Amino acid sequence: MHPALEFHSIAQSFTTQNSTIQVLESIDLTIQEGEFVCLLGPSGCGKSTLLNAAAGFVSPTQGQVSFRGKQIFDPSPERGMVFQEYALFPWMSVEDNVAFGLEARGESKDIIKPRVADLLAKLRLSEFAKRWPRDLSGGMRQRVAIARVLALDPPCLLMDEPFGALDALTRRSLQDELLQLWSELGKTVVFVTHSIEEAILLADRIVVMTHRPGKVKKDCQVDLARPRNPADAAFNALKQELGQLVMAEQHAFENAERLSFTAD
Amino acid sequence: MPWLKKIARGLAAPLLLITIWQVVCQAGWVSPQALPSPYAVGLKWIEYLLPSQPYDPAIQTGWMWLLSGELLRDAGGSLWRVILGFMLGFVLALPLGLVMGANARLRDFANPLIQVLRPIPPIAYIPLAILWFGLGNPPAIFLIALGAFFPVLMNTIAGVSQVDSIYLRAARNLGASHTRIFIKVILPAAMPFILSGVRIGIGTAFLVVIVAEMIAVNNGLGYRILEAREYFWTDKIIAGMFSIGLIGLAIDLAMDKLNRHLLRWHRGM
Repeated sequence: MHPALEFHSIAQSFTTQNSTIQVLESIDLTIQEGEFVCLLGPSGCGKSTLLNAAAGFVSPTQGQVSFRGKQIFDPSPERGMVFQEYALFPWMSVEDNVAFGLEARGESKDIIKPRVADLLAKLRLSEFAKRWPRDLSGGMRQRVAIARVLALDPPCLLMDEPFGALDALTRRSLQDELLQLWSELGKTVVFVTHSIEEAILLADRIVVMTHRPGKVKKDCQVDLARPRNPADAAFNALKQELGQLVMAEQHAFENAERLSFTAD
Repeated sequence: MPWLKKIARGLAAPLLLITIWQVVCQAGWVSPQALPSPYAVGLKWIEYLLPSQPYDPAIQTGWMWLLSGELLRDAGGSLWRVILGFMLGFVLALPLGLVMGANARLRDFANPLIQVLRPIPPIAYIPLAILWFGLGNPPAIFLIALGAFFPVLMNTIAGVSQVDSIYLRAARNLGASHTRIFIKVILPAAMPFILSGVRIGIGTAFLVVIVAEMIAVNNGLGYRILEAREYFWTDKIIAGMFSIGLIGLAIDLAMDKLNRHLLRWHRGM
């Protein structure tokens, strides 16, 4: 096994006007090549911050993140990011969005055109190539965003609650599509979610994080054969177990919220 | 037909106003010197529009003759000044606004100066403009450019500085260079703001051109209105004002078309 992403004793704090918030504390985590890892935890546990550090959008206050042995300082297309808010460029058509990274890399039209057409076909978007993002449903927009990062064939995908804003049915079908793509393309995936079921459905390995300051509470392999069935007894047992862990953190989160509310 | 109904509804108020106006004039309640009837104004407007000389194929083509009326030459003169002055103001304001919007330190540096200069109406520069540029087109163009400059500048700064950072993160993640991000992401994201600045800027330019023509030049709609006042041609004053209204409307419609085209990706357009 080769390590892809490595987090070395990461700490992250943000300073506001009158206080310093410790978001992450002593995180050590190694994610292997080709592994599908879910970061699971309640809101405010710093899982998105950890992902942003891996993307190179923020640099941690302490420690370092490296990808394939090299320390991360900047965003790079080798770690393609998929956002919950899609972040499609609304002034570009679907195909121009997908072509954006290839154009930035300086590819010629002869390379870009077939590559974009291929990806749109793969994600069942061909007939929407000329449409504006605003014309698409949430699920389709997220498929465009996935096609946009896949265009550059990144070895690693970072996904920040990508299906969080979608309805349950769309979510299910996108989860299946993502697994399909993952097994086909063999990419490393780091997937942030607060849904326990989603994590068990998708991941090889689940990292449960604590409420602020975010630490690794539990790091476990999911040894269930794919395709996984949420009605399965083993699935449910794991769901129960992780549920208790996550709910404990959720209560810590709610208590902290209540405290800060009364303090105001 | 719904659009016919809509047009009828839109025409009702102007027609009502004209009717009342005509009745007031015909009843002799006001002197025609102070307020000529709409009918008289309409006649004057047509006279102002049509060529004053008879058609002479020896010296001009048919089109040249048709367009040789005083109104068309005045309107053309005013429009030409607006376009030239606006372009000048726009070409200076846009790059400055883009740079200032993207650079917070430069913004802190230049903002106090801009905030003091901005509220000074372009009209207040007239004496200086004449001192600096003399009479004729240069001071007029200067004033119009000034009128267009600030709205475009302020809106461009606002547009650029409030580009949603998620677009910038996505673009950086996809490997775009600073230049590419600026041209492909920041500029289009700021476009709704820039275009509304352009719209305000053209409005101001049009306002300023009329005043500038009253002072510095001897043609154009503003000049013609003032000239008509000298001779107590009230009908011509109103005909000139009406022409200004028509051109303003035409510019606004053209801007609306441009907006719809450039912002066709935008929600609610």
